[in-house]
Amino acid sequence: MTDNVEVDQDSLDLAREYVKQLEQGNSVEADNLLTELTHLRESQLFQELGKLTRDFHEAINGFNSDERMHSMAQDEIPDARERLNYVITKTDDAAHKTLNAIEVVMPIAEALEGKVSRIGGEWDKFLKKEMKPQEFRDLSQEIKEFFHSTDCDLKSIKTNVNDILMAQDFQDITGQIIKRVITLVAEVEKSLVELVKLGGGLAVNESDSGSSKKIRESNVGELEGPQVPGMESDDAVNSQDDVDELLSSLGF
Amino acid sequence: MKILIVDDFSTMRRIIKNLLRDLGFTNTSDADDGNTALPMLQSGKYDFLVTDWNMPGMTGIELLKAVRADPNLAHLPVLMVTAEQKREQIVEAAQAGVNGYIVKPFTAVTLKEKIDKIFERIDAG
Repeated sequence: MTDNVEVDQDSLDLAREYVKQLEQGNSVEADNLLTELTHLRESQLFQELGKLTRDFHEAINGFNSDERMHSMAQDEIPDARERLNYVITKTDDAAHKTLNAIEVVMPIAEALEGKVSRIGGEWDKFLKKEMKPQEFRDLSQEIKEFFHSTDCDLKSIKTNVNDILMAQDFQDITGQIIKRVITLVAEVEKSLVELVKLGGGLAVNESDSGSSKKIRESNVGELEGPQVPGMESDDAVNSQDDVDELLSSLGF
Repeated sequence: MKILIVDDFSTMRRIIKNLLRDLGFTNTSDADDGNTALPMLQSGKYDFLVTDWNMPGMTGIELLKAVRADPNLAHLPVLMVTAEQKREQIVEAAQAGVNGYIVKPFTAVTLKEKIDKIFERIDAG
């Protein structure tokens, strides 16, 4: 402010002198004064421009560091949501592929079991020489058919077991996606902690920021879903045995 | 024996369906939440209900309470198969009249045990 007052005073003095010289008819002197006045005005303009440039530069620097946040909020969080949805789709697909294969294989295995025990029984009868010639002819025909159908059945089992094997590829893909989301969440957490430090000057220490247990305790009565190893609620049972024990203590 | 399986995840419904078939229960149907399940129960002459807890729409505990409140269904045996394992929830289910409570993940042996136990008690009572 004092700068401005000084400058204004200088300008005023120069302007008065300029008018005086003009009135006295000293045009050369007046011209010089006008040039000086313009210089003064220009240097003032440059100062302002310099200040503006510096402010602008700082603003851009500030914006650069904020850009990370911006990109997280704008793109990465929605992107992470998409990715996690994709994890659900992939695991769902894998589970269904596996179940499909099992539903094909199970009846085959059951049928094989039945045929083997039937033919085995007949075979025992033959070994004990309790079999009539016609029965033996039937048995040998049945064994021939059994070999043929078992060949087909085994091929089908092999194909389906292979499908089960291939369905496990979800683990690799979903694992990678989840790892990326974990990294993003850690970064968001870090930024939030920084923000809280900046904004509130609150004492944020590691143990507090990591205490999800405290947050969970505030949600009494809400459904928690599956317990995650290492983060179990104090209020949760640990096994089916605990459930049975609790129920029997209630008179079940 | 006609059984209704209620779970919002179709894979879990299929797993339970397969396990039940292995145990000799071949007549099963399924629903994805309580809102779908309740009308089925009311019109379908089911003998047994297996339900998850946490489902969108009508949850398993709400379904259990609705079943107990319906005079035609009040005595339907209900087995809860859920990932919810807080003590207060198990107690709530017991108070609402659940016949068995299995926490996920579970095994075929556990499922058989609980079903056997439920029918033993029904036969004895």
